Amino acid sequence: MAELAQFVEKVRSKNAGPFKLTIDIFCGSKDAFDHIRTALPSERIATLLRTDPERLQRFEIASLNVIKFSLDRPQVQGSIHDRDMHGASWAALIAELEI
Amino acid sequence: MMTRVLIPSGALGLGYDQLAMDRAIAAKPDIIAIDGGSTDSGPSYLGRGVSKYSRASTRLEWKGLMQARAEAGVPLVIGTAGTCGSDSAVDWLLDITTDIAKELGQTLKIAVLRSSQTPQHIADELAAGHLSPLSPAPEISEEAIKQFTNIVALAGAEQIQAAINTGADIIIAGRTTDTAIIAALPLMQGCHSGAAWHGAKIGECGALCATNPQSGVVLIDFDETGFTITPTADGANASPHTVSAHMLYENADPFILYEPGGHLDVTDAVYESIDGKSVRATGASWVPSERYTVKLEGARIAGYQVMTFALLRDRRYVDHAQQWADDITQKARTKAVDRLGLSEDEFTIELRLIGKNATFGDLEPENSNHRPTEIGVMGFVTADSLQKAQEIGKILNPYLLHHPLTQEEEQPTFAFQFSPAEVPVGPVYEFCLNHVMELADPMAAFRLETIEVHHG
Repeated sequence: MAELAQFVEKVRSKNAGPFKLTIDIFCGSKDAFDHIRTALPSERIATLLRTDPERLQRFEIASLNVIKFSLDRPQVQGSIHDRDMHGASWAALIAELEI
Repeated sequence: MMTRVLIPSGALGLGYDQLAMDRAIAAKPDIIAIDGGSTDSGPSYLGRGVSKYSRASTRLEWKGLMQARAEAGVPLVIGTAGTCGSDSAVDWLLDITTDIAKELGQTLKIAVLRSSQTPQHIADELAAGHLSPLSPAPEISEEAIKQFTNIVALAGAEQIQAAINTGADIIIAGRTTDTAIIAALPLMQGCHSGAAWHGAKIGECGALCATNPQSGVVLIDFDETGFTITPTADGANASPHTVSAHMLYENADPFILYEPGGHLDVTDAVYESIDGKSVRATGASWVPSERYTVKLEGARIAGYQVMTFALLRDRRYVDHAQQWADDITQKARTKAVDRLGLSEDEFTIELRLIGKNATFGDLEPENSNHRPTEIGVMGFVTADSLQKAQEIGKILNPYLLHHPLTQEEEQPTFAFQFSPAEVPVGPVYEFCLNHVMELADPMAAFRLETIEVHHG
């Protein structure tokens, strides 16, 4: 077991408009991409972020060695309970996942 | 046919590399296009209809672009003027523009495209069945819409083309899609439609699709089959990787991008490197839609807020911060209900523990190995009036200052950072629309006017 960050180049999270969040895992190599795509089922992301797995989108982009997840924002951007206006910190939760 | 579009940076206010800009102007672009904002800075800017960037910074950069435009002799277009693209933000930039024109002695024809929508009109459109929710979308009603402080519609290429057709030197557009200001001219001049939108998406953030991203400036050459993008700063190089990766950026679907009148599909796009500096892309397609729709954005007041802040440095309190904060929240809530005669759902009190779990709250996984040196306690009170929020903030205050973990111990005191301890944030806003509106004609929701200024 090791944190996901140790296998990949970078994890980035951003808003995709005020209602969606998108997380890009840049694996950096085909080997890492192949490893992470099998070792990281979408259900783990849904559980970690407590989001509806049915609403979690997953994209595997082999040409970039990127795995991308998009989901409804748990709190709409900038609403009174939102704690991360730009959605930038979500990447840290993913990067620290034990793989 | 080739159309060369110069993009100085991802947004007016972010700055650009002057040498790279000079080079790009020397390369004789057909148009200069820059974005003026987005929703990413939060709902307050749209809610109030104001810019997030300082007037001085905006003026300085805009002046540079107005000088570059005069030198190049081509139109300069800004989309989403003043961060949110409301009419008030457009007027703000128009005022800056006429002020600069006077200073520079420029005679100009300015086209102004307005995107604001009245709440009554949008309520009527909802009643007429012309609004459709995107997913996810907040619940709306005709009554609720009338409380929205600002609503804008996102213009597409058609509205920018109408502005270009006025022969204006400068186009100040309200809310537009980020891509429309870039795609408009190539589409008008017969370039490949898939390439026009694809290149526009790649170039929307300037040199963010290349190395040395903060240099800003890129040139995009559009033609009948594709586009070629070139960052013009030293040390800024585009590669198939940096360019194709930009399709991921702030985009929920990396292959599809919805625009007024259709969508871009880059599933079959091919990227090739040219000289290690530029990238050529082909293979994207534009899929027209049956209905012409524009996206709407709206904001309303969510409440009035007061912020307060204290630091816990005592190790015992650091160790038991969550218990301490939960206890305070509950006690302050009860007291606010009792003393102000409020109901439980009329206000919120939230304490965020910086150093422990402020970013994620309950979602933060337990980390028992980590003991922070100190914990920042950031408190928010939100109510339906500022006066009420301030009253509740003052009820919360003595707890944050002196609340003990146990009744037996001596009264503790915690470190406050400023006086007054309760800082009024004022009205806080929330985004309240994620809908599209069907239009019979692309210009139906937008107003275009031209203004001539004569100086020099």
